[in-house]
This record gives sequence, C-alpha cells and structure tokens, in this order.
Amino acid sequence: MEFAELIKTPRADNVVLHRPFHLAVEGTLCLTGHHLIFSSRRQDNAEELWLLHSNIDSIEKRFVGSLGTIVIKCKDLRIIQLDIPGMEECLNIASSIEALSTLDSVTLMYPFFYRPMFEVLEDGWSSFLLEQEFELLSSVTNEWRLSCVNKEFSVCPSYPPVVIVPKSIDDEALRKVALFRYGGRFPVLSYYHKKNGMAMMRSSQPLTGTNGRRCKEDEKLINATLRSGRRGFVIDTRPLTVAQQARAKGGGFEQEVHYPQWRRIHKYIERFHILQESFIKLVEACNDQSHNMDRWLSKLEASNWLTHIKELLTAACLAAQCIDREGASVLVHGSEGTDSTLQVTSLAQIILDPRCRTIRGFEALVVREWLQAGHPFQQRCAQSAYSNSKQKWEAPVFLLFLECVWQIQRQFPCSFEFNEHLLIALFEHAYASQFGTFLGNNESERAKLKLPQKTMSLWSWVNRPEELSRFQNPLYEANSLVIWPSVAPQSLQLWEGVFLRWNRPSRFLQEAEEERINIIKYNKELQAKVNALRRQLAEMETDGEVQEE
Amino acid sequence: MEHIRMPKVENVRLLDRLSSRRAVVGTLYLTATHVIFVENGSETRKETWVLHSQISSIEKQATTATGCPLLIRCKNFQVIHLVIPQERDCHDVYISLIRLARPVKYEELYCFSFNPKLDKEEREQGWKLVDLNEEYNRMGVPNSCWQISDVNRDYGVCDSYPTEVYVPKSATAHIIVGSSKFRSRRRFPALSYYCKGNNASICRSSQPLSGFSARCLEDEQMLQAIRKANPGSDFIYVVDTRPKLNAMANRAAGKGYENEDNYSNIKFQFIGIENIHVMRNSLQKMLEVCELKSPSMSDFLWGLENSGWLKHIKAIMDAGIFIAKAVAEEGVSVLVHCSDGWDRTAQVCSVASLLLDPYYRTMKGFMVLIEKDWVSFGHKFNHRYGNLDGDPKEISPVIDQFIECVWQLMEQFPCAFEFNERFLIHIQHHIYSCQFGNFLCNSQKERRELKIKERTYSLWAHLWKNRADYLNPLYRSDHSQTQGTLHPQIAPCNFLYKFWSGMYNRFEKGLHPRQSVTDYLMAVKEETQQLEEELEVLQERLANLQKSQSGNNKVKSKQQDRSKQFGLYTSNNSLANTPQEYSNDLKSFPSRSPSQGDEDSALILTQDNLKSSDPDLSANSDQESGVEDLSCRSPSGGGCLPSEDSGKDSDEAVFLAG
Repeated sequence: MEFAELIKTPRADNVVLHRPFHLAVEGTLCLTGHHLIFSSRRQDNAEELWLLHSNIDSIEKRFVGSLGTIVIKCKDLRIIQLDIPGMEECLNIASSIEALSTLDSVTLMYPFFYRPMFEVLEDGWSSFLLEQEFELLSSVTNEWRLSCVNKEFSVCPSYPPVVIVPKSIDDEALRKVALFRYGGRFPVLSYYHKKNGMAMMRSSQPLTGTNGRRCKEDEKLINATLRSGRRGFVIDTRPLTVAQQARAKGGGFEQEVHYPQWRRIHKYIERFHILQESFIKLVEACNDQSHNMDRWLSKLEASNWLTHIKELLTAACLAAQCIDREGASVLVHGSEGTDSTLQVTSLAQIILDPRCRTIRGFEALVVREWLQAGHPFQQRCAQSAYSNSKQKWEAPVFLLFLECVWQIQRQFPCSFEFNEHLLIALFEHAYASQFGTFLGNNESERAKLKLPQKTMSLWSWVNRPEELSRFQNPLYEANSLVIWPSVAPQSLQLWEGVFLRWNRPSRFLQEAEEERINIIKYNKELQAKVNALRRQLAEMETDGEVQEE
Repeated sequence: MEHIRMPKVENVRLLDRLSSRRAVVGTLYLTATHVIFVENGSETRKETWVLHSQISSIEKQATTATGCPLLIRCKNFQVIHLVIPQERDCHDVYISLIRLARPVKYEELYCFSFNPKLDKEEREQGWKLVDLNEEYNRMGVPNSCWQISDVNRDYGVCDSYPTEVYVPKSATAHIIVGSSKFRSRRRFPALSYYCKGNNASICRSSQPLSGFSARCLEDEQMLQAIRKANPGSDFIYVVDTRPKLNAMANRAAGKGYENEDNYSNIKFQFIGIENIHVMRNSLQKMLEVCELKSPSMSDFLWGLENSGWLKHIKAIMDAGIFIAKAVAEEGVSVLVHCSDGWDRTAQVCSVASLLLDPYYRTMKGFMVLIEKDWVSFGHKFNHRYGNLDGDPKEISPVIDQFIECVWQLMEQFPCAFEFNERFLIHIQHHIYSCQFGNFLCNSQKERRELKIKERTYSLWAHLWKNRADYLNPLYRSDHSQTQGTLHPQIAPCNFLYKFWSGMYNRFEKGLHPRQSVTDYLMAVKEETQQLEEELEVLQERLANLQKSQSGNNKVKSKQQDRSKQFGLYTSNNSLANTPQEYSNDLKSFPSRSPSQGDEDSALILTQDNLKSSDPDLSANSDQESGVEDLSCRSPSGGGCLPSEDSGKDSDEAVFLAG
C-alpha cells in the first residue's frame, strides 16, 4: 500500500498551532506516511513539531465558517489544536490523519521504515539475552538450568525460546506441566534471591477444572524450589471467588491437598477494562479546567487510579516480603499470567534487587519480565486514554508498573540510577515509537515479524552515551539493601510527570532539576581538580626530594 | 508542681499508631513542663518528650484487659497512644495533664523557665535580630508619601495595633482617629507593604462600621489618602476577604463593608475565605483522616475532599495572588480587611508580600514577615493557639494555613525560597510550644506589659543560629526564581494543591520518603565548600613550589588527611527500612525466627543528618524527628547510635491482623 493514497492534502499553509503554555504559532503543516510535521516560518523563532501518526489517539474536527479546527489527542496524553483555513483542506487532513494513525498492519508501522541517524554502538536486540542472565545465576547456584523446550514456541506460544527452570525437572516434564497451565505458561524462574536462595516463579493458572485435576509434574516442579521442611507461598492475583469461578471454565488454583507445602494468598489486582476506564477517568480529571478544588479531589478519587497503584504496590511488597523476610519461595500467577503476574514479579524485583535499580538492570528487567515474558504490548497499548474504541484487551498495565516504580523512586530518591525521564520514555515508546522493541505481543510474533533484522531496538538508542545522560539520576548512590516502600495513601502521589506533563507549568521544576544536576556536577569537577592537583603536587614534591638527595 | 498527682508511672506501653505489635514498654514521667516517656531496654532508652503546651486534647478510653488507654493529641500533630496498667494511675495522669495542659497564667508557660544558657547581652541581641523599623526602611518608607505616625503611641487609638504605624502623609491625626472610630476594634487602615518600584501599597484594616447606610467622612478621607499616596493610579482596590454572605450579615450588626458609592475611586472586591470556625472544623476533619489506621485510597481522598482543607488553602492563595497582581502588574494599591482584620487579613497580606518581594523568601525576610504582618499587627496568638486556657471557639489554625501556603509555593517554585520545609515545620512547632516569647499574648501591648523581651528568649535568634539546617540547597540569590514577583499558575491549578504529609503526618516517619534530597544536596554543598577551600590551598602551594623548586616544602601531610573526609556522604545515603503490614493473610504462618545481623534492617543515613537540626526541638517534644531517625547503625553493625528501626523489632517481619 502506498501511503500517498491516504494523503489527499499533503501540505497546508497558514495553519495555527495551539498548545497549553505556548503562544499560538502560525506555520505550515505537512503530512508524510508516518508523521505530522508542523513548522513555523517565523525567522526569529523557527520551530518544528514532529508527531508520529501512531501517537495519535483520537482526532476531533469542527468548523467555524471555513476555518476548520482539528484537536489531536495523543497517546502520550498531550493535546494540540490546529486551525486550518479551508474546509476541504481541513477535512482531507483530518481524514488522512485518521487513516494513517489507525493502520492495521504492523509491517506498515514506522519502525519498519525508520532509518536511524545515529551510529549503532551496541545492537539492543542482543543486549539482554536470557543466556547472560543464566550465566550470572550459575555463579551463585547450580539448582537451575536453561531449557530450550520452547525453541519453536510450540510448548508455550507466549514464552521465549529459552527459559530457566529447576535443574531436576526435565523437558518432558515441562511439556506435561505446560498442558496443565493456561496458555502453556508453566512455572519458570522469575527471580532468584541470592541472599537466602529463595526463588520467585511465575506462571498462569493451573487447569484444575471442576473435578480437581492434578498434575504430578507441576507439583514436582514448584516443590523443587523449596528447601526441605520449608513452605512456599502462591500469590494469586485474583480474589478467591474469581479463582473458584475460573474452575468452571477449566481454570483454577493450587489446592491444598495437592500442594500441602504451599500456602495460597489471594491478593486482588484489577484487570483490563477496569484499568482502562480508570486511566480514562484520571486523564479526564487532569484535563478538567474548572477552578473547583472539591471537584478535582472527588474526580481523582472516582478514577480509582491511585487505588490500583496502592493495591499493586501492596501485592509486590507482599511477594518481596515472603521471599526476603519469610525466607520462602513464591509462585505468582493470576489467570493468564501475562499482566498482573508480571506487574507483581517485576515490582518485587525493584524492591529486592539493587541491580534492577540501575539503568542497565532496569532495562534487563523490562526485557525479561515484560517483553520476553509475553506481555501483549501490541494489544494493551493499541490505544491510550483518549480513545473511544473501548476494546477489552486495551489496558494500561505497563503504565501502572512504570508508575509504581516512580512511586518507589519518590520514596528512595537516591537509590535509583535512572530518573523519571526513563520511565516516561518507556511509557511513550510502549504506545508509539520509531523502534521495534514494543511491537508484537510476544517473542514468537517478534520472531515472525523479523523485528531484530528489520527494525531498530529502543535499547540501541537509549544506551548511547548522549541519550543515557538524560536518564541518569544525579543523586544516585548504589544501595545494596532491600527497599520497602510505604503504601499508605499519604505516601502515594499523582504522577505529575505523566498526567500533568502537558497542563502544568514545568519551567520551575525543570530549573530545580538543573540546579540539582549542577550542584553535583560542580562538586565532581572540583573533586577531579583537587585530585589532579594533589597528584601533581605529590609528584613535584618527590621530584624535589629526589633532587635534594 | 502542685498539679502533678502522679510524677511517675512504670510499665506503661507506648503504642505505634501503624502497628499495635510495635508497642514499647517504659516509664512515664510528668514534670512541670513536659510529659516524658522513657523506654525500658538497656541499650536504647529512647525518650519521647512532649511539652504540656503542645497538648491539644487528652482522651481517657475504656479500660481493657491490658490496661487503661490514654490518647494524647498534640498541636504539632503528634498523637501519643499510651496504655497505663492501673486505671487509678491513668486517672491521676489524666487529671494532672488536664490541668498542666491548660495553664491559666502566662507565667506558667515554658518560656519563663526555659533557659538556653545565654547571657543577658546575647538575649538582647537575639531580640534585635528582627527590627521592623529597619524593615520599613528597606521597603522605602518613610518617604514623600508615607510617614510614621505616633497617634497610637500609648495604644491610645487601637490597643491591638503596634505603637508605630505607617500611614499616608496626607492622613492627619484627625483623619486617623476619625477613621479608627468607624472601624471594628478601631483597627484603622495602615501600611502593610510598600512597593518601591511603583509606589503601590498594601494596607490593612478591619471592617467599616457601615451597617446599612452609615458613613464616616474621615474614613473616606483615609482611603482617599491611600489612593493619593500612589500617584500612578486613580483608584484603589478594597478587598474584603470574607464570603459576601458573611459580610452582608455583619451589616445587620452595624458592621459591614465599604459602599463604592460613598468612597471615591475604590473598586470593591470580595474574596471568600471562610471564618475561623469553619477552618477549625476543616482541620479537625482532615486530622481525623490522617489518624485513620489503615485507610484505603478512597477513604483518604474522600476524607481530604470532605474536610475542605485544600479548598480553603487555595482560597487564601487566590486572594494573595489577586493582591500581588494588582500591586505588581496594575500598580494599584490595595486595602485588605476581613472582620477584625487580624486573621484572614494577616494571611492574605503576608501571602501577597511573599509573592511580591523576594526578600520575604529568604530566611531572615520570612522572620520579618511574620513579625510584621502577624506579631506586630495583633494577631491573637494566645487565643488562636490556645496557649492559656480559654474559649475553645477562639482556637483556629490561622497561621498554620499561612505556613502551608508557603509550603505549597515551595512545591511549585523549588528554587525560590532560601529556607526548606524543616524551617516551616519548626516555626509551626514553636508557635505552639511557648518555649520562646515571640508569640505570647494577643498584642504588642500585652507583650510589653509582660516584659517578654526581658524575661524570655527570641525564637528568631535561635533559628538563625541553626540556619545551616534550614537552608534550601537549590536556592541561589542570582537565580531567576529568586527575582521579582512569583506568578503561581491560576488555572487550571487544582491539582497543584497537595496534601502536606510532612506537616500533618509529621510524626509518622514511615509515611515519608526514606531519603531526603535536601539533606543529600546540603551534604554535597558542604563538601563542595571544603573542596573549594582545599583547591585554593593547593593552588597556592603549587605556585610556591613552582616559584622555588628548590625550596623546602614540608606542608604535605596535613592536606592528605582531608581527602578521607570526602565521600563521607557517598554510599551512606542508602537507607533501608522494615516492611509495613502489607497483608493480614500471613498471620497463621510460622514467622521466621528473628535473625541476627540482617543486613538490610540497618538504618543508614547521610552523615550530615547526624547533626541534629534543632537541639531544642529534639530535646523536647520533637524527639521523634530530631534524634531518633537521625541515629544510625552502619551495616557492619558497628558504631553509632542504635535506632528504633534497627532495633530488635525490625528483624522479624511484622505480620498482624489488621
């Protein structure tokens, strides 16, 4: 398909761009296959706005006489308004944008066309391989092995080709267990707590059904993570009633009779459309222009967003607590094991593992626990808070995870190597990107699309020294300890960096950030200078002494 | 001492608000000035001190099998939950505290016995730190349009005003006295802030006694004089900070507001800030929310909204923003009043001044601002903050709200203020503590009669002495945010007003960020300063060396040691804590036995935290925020002070039925 067919009016002059906290600018609007480009012709203050069509969540048009106005609401929550003279131009542009922002074929997406302007120093597609992860693991324990049972994605379509499982369980057993777990998602290692040798596993629900089916291999697999005489915890992210109801549809939960060494805890985490509605309501509240303080707080409350944050953090803390404080192994799952399960396992690692609080470690976590673990990004992030489509598979699951990381970061501002901007960038790129990283729903789809060959990895870009410096937290000091966040309502705040990003004045906050960076930069410069001088003096003095002798 | 029925009770349990399992057993002491709880346990002996003047309510609850619970709520938002084994003892403590917390004479207050071991001269110096005459000079008055009036020299015109008042030059004594007779409590219009740049001013007064139709020529002349003192503008704003309905109701009582028809060239404006009773109830409701044991997000947000607290804060800010804008952008003078002109008027004038003048955003300037708009103009500290036993309906968190407005501004303009949050919290603390004489009584007249300056010490000198602890590391006097007027966002801005957990949940350390960016940056800046000094020394040595290569250079050793100091703060800023009660599902599961030497139960803090920010605070009721959380234990288990969190409690995870 030629994009040109969709672009009826490629260019319009005398368009006026309106954005909050900016003066209106007049300029030229151009449409290309993947971008909406606005450039102001003003000599003194030339500026360009490039917007990916895939970033456009919804578009509204209205007319006053022949002056058309298009309001574009983006997936990154920004809202811009374009005044376009000429009814026909305006209609053409609006329909082109609509068509270009809702392309249904993945291979037409921008990542397949994007040619980076930078030199690739490190190919992000091979930066985070599970094999490397396993190597690290092997240096502290030999109880685990890499299994290639899913090499062809035949055992579990949403799992990566290699997974880490207990050494004592062979591939044959894994195949059997896969048949006993929803979507073939048999229990695999998510995290190994070096301090006490406890493991966190994740899976999907067991297919016990109404007649209490059991699978000896499944029991053996998860028991293999237990120390003799110790018990483990199953953290089920569904309430008990839902787990019980799931049996009627062939699903279920681990019953005490068959898993006597495991104690089940139901910690409910909200799912799918409930989350999406919450997201939509929150963004609505943040965009509310009224002056009424009460309305703001009740809307914030009614959105339930912070409730979801609190519940999610609580579940993650609980998992971490079981591992670190109770010295118990943990298995986490909900129904499919691709959403709330991953939220819990990845956040627990942020709390437990100092490595996940470094830039590199956090990237590895996102790759391992989200991308390779088969979180269906393409489905979940198809639309953002402004869409009217209300598809049941759309949900801000990943955004909730990012926000929880931000909440922990706020409470431990010196313990993270990265800053808020990395989290915001991941949010943006999960919804619309020039990189192929978040395309597809799992590794199998990515392999079929040949993403590593045909697209650029987000990590190739993020990990360039120029970009990295933007994501570094100047206050970072490695903290080797477990960090326990507070989940009290007083301790949780709205993530302004995402939700108020476009409708609050950010200048003063940016200045504060620059100030923080400068204070530390200046200190480091001085330290370097003093050290250099000391060395120089020491050399001169020894030289002097030698001469004296 | 005659009020203390029970000077000491043993085996008292102090409950942790968040987790009743974390109760500690100790001994309770009642002294003439403090309630002191000393933990048993040989190593720590942690002490909690509460000044009697901080106690806002004492509640004796029904006796249970474990003893008799006693709940002490403090004005600095600390809540102390004790369980006393014997009902009789509890009753005695209760009766004693009721009396001790309600002194009837000023002489009973702590400031008259507090002795920071300063000599007379130091004390006098302390009181001279803030000088209002100097401040009016700094603003640029007296000048050709404004003069100091001695009409109130013996408090003859208005007993709640200061003796020295600035008024327009054209306002004669006759006009002032005439105007004062037409104003509630004779609080006539007087200068609060003068803007040197454009001659616009902020004046303050009480409401006019206009009733439905009364007029007063002198009062009209007075407002005329204020207008004339600003040649650049042909009108003034009269801002009534009350809701219109309240102001109208006052007319029936012979009070009310200015009729635009009677005053030439005024623009009248209502800005609805609720009265002290509404504010008192609002705070009460918000504190109930803060006290909830484990609230859901909805409980909390709903309760916060229902309290209306942030709405009131925003109303005060809006009024301040309106006035600052009138003065700075329109160059128009403003007369502000409410009913008596000592609560809402003080709030609004000081918020406007703070927005207008960067000086008030410095530490010294902020002290001056409180002294000017609150202390000197007769804000009724004693009544509002219940220092002496009095009418509970007079109590209201008026200055607390102003302090919160400042905090809200600090959140929006992080580089604009020389001081940090701790400075605000400590000022709030001392408004209630009665440890210093500054905020005693209801007016300057009363303070002079009590000879406060001869008999007590000044808070300002005390804070100034410890100013290093109150600095905002992001403040630079040459930064753009420290220049000129601050312009807070007006709309949409609801989301800019946030709950201040640092104040209202101040003693719930577990709720706050575990690492302080402010403290970290201050430590870095301190190190930077040392480095600058060393750099200078090194450069000098280098120059000397180069000059006389053959000369004797034996100054080496000393500098080398310095290097060890650097990096003190590095790798010490990590801090771990103990988990909260994330679930009640674990209760019947055997908990792991307490392990020893658990690495991450250690509590580590930046080195600079160790120097307690305010020795007096930590020695008194501020024990919790002072010494306790600043103590540290290195991960290796050696050295330093033990702390609550690193104590035996924390090694075992606490799982408890909620």
